[in-house]
Amino acid sequence: MKHARIAWAGAVHDAVEKEGQLELLTPAFAGRRVGFDDVVWLPPLAPLPRPRTILALGLNYADHAKELEFKPPVEPLAFLKGEASLIGHRAFTVRPNGVKFMHYECELAVVIGREARCVKKDDALDFVGGYTVANDYAIRDYLENWYRPNLRVKNRDTCTPIGPWLVDAADVPDPQTLALRTTVNGKLTQQGNTQDMIFDVPTLIEYFSAFMTLMPGDLILTGTPDGVVDCQPGDVIVTEIDGIGALTNTITQEQTGSDSDSGK
Amino acid sequence: MNNPLVSHWTPRGTVYGPLLNFQREHALWAPRMSEAPYKAPPQAPVLYIKTANTFSPSGGTVVLPPGAEALAVGATIGLVMGEPLPGCSRPRLSALAGCVLLNDWAVPHDSYFRPPVKSRCADGLLGVGAALAPVPVAWDGLQIEVRINGVWKQTVALAELVRPAAQLLADVGEFMTLQPGDVLMVGTDCLEDGSRPLAKAGDTVEISAAGFRPVVHTVVKNLGAAA
Repeated sequence: MKHARIAWAGAVHDAVEKEGQLELLTPAFAGRRVGFDDVVWLPPLAPLPRPRTILALGLNYADHAKELEFKPPVEPLAFLKGEASLIGHRAFTVRPNGVKFMHYECELAVVIGREARCVKKDDALDFVGGYTVANDYAIRDYLENWYRPNLRVKNRDTCTPIGPWLVDAADVPDPQTLALRTTVNGKLTQQGNTQDMIFDVPTLIEYFSAFMTLMPGDLILTGTPDGVVDCQPGDVIVTEIDGIGALTNTITQEQTGSDSDSGK
Repeated sequence: MNNPLVSHWTPRGTVYGPLLNFQREHALWAPRMSEAPYKAPPQAPVLYIKTANTFSPSGGTVVLPPGAEALAVGATIGLVMGEPLPGCSRPRLSALAGCVLLNDWAVPHDSYFRPPVKSRCADGLLGVGAALAPVPVAWDGLQIEVRINGVWKQTVALAELVRPAAQLLADVGEFMTLQPGDVLMVGTDCLEDGSRPLAKAGDTVEISAAGFRPVVHTVVKNLGAAA
């Protein structure tokens, strides 16, 4: 099953994909179908009673590590993100004025399904609730070698589109055989396969859960392969993973003065 | 049902902490800042996140993470974001919901090059005060005392921040939005030699400050590892 979270007719709804449409689960509208173009897509993640843990991997594909002139890491290179950076399918991502290099990163996102603590690799996939697609933008101009990648590069508002679907883990028998690709304005710029991850999903769950308890709804963004290019305002970026979904995102310019206290 | 912790305050948003925000630690690091792998001093606030699994109510225990012999004590104040003020897109001290005393525990680490998820985000590594306190009027006079087993170890003076609370809020707001409920810690200080007070299994650590409820934890061994 493919789950979505949408805004429609003045409210937020959970929905599932049915024959190319969204079928609402909200009691008052249960069974009603609406078109993909008729809703606002939100991150396909239910709100949590506690802050969501969002782990992200750097350099988790051998070719990407090579591209960036680093040796593949000996243990997962992880960083954390805040939930405020998340945004849904078909959303706008702001490119700050004056930056020279901002790039997408197409990533398989793992959504934890049940409490995971000291989980072994062989059992790890039992703790996955589902999968979705993330686009983990980086603004390279801001990269500093202190807790790199620092949050100014990686944790900006609107810079982590995610969705459109949360696909049940049961519908993804092997998360390590998924082709992924990115197009910019329809032109293919990035392609890879999750089989080329340095640390696969079970290994990551074992690694993290050895020291931090993961809770339902927590996220692991598993890294991106080679092929990142600069994105300019107006560019339409589609990050797609076979069987999981195609996440569309449009770059928009920062509004001059939008970060000022004056006016309004 | 009678758990006293049910009324204990807990962060409902993301908790962020800044690296190198006390003058002494910054000065001790300064000579190395232009060397590899850092190559340049940090320009903007460098932040880390304390995940929800780290939240540890005052009065409980903190378990040594796998492989750790001791924990570094990180006495600090958390600025808790309130609702934004109308017409004001930047966070301000006047818009905080309050402040809270925190113990930002870490497994000691010598390198600030990579995000230290293992060192900062193991289960239980954020000691959280029981209740919010009003935002201090006189930040420069505010001091946090650290005691281990009742013995004084450190006095942290908020007058010695590199970025004082209001400036830190503004500088972080330059590149990301702090949402209502998010917490921005002001940072942790080191001792004269650059280290931090260390607590090992069996030690009880109390941090206290005027106007705040103290934060007390006892460090224990990981029982699961011994079993």
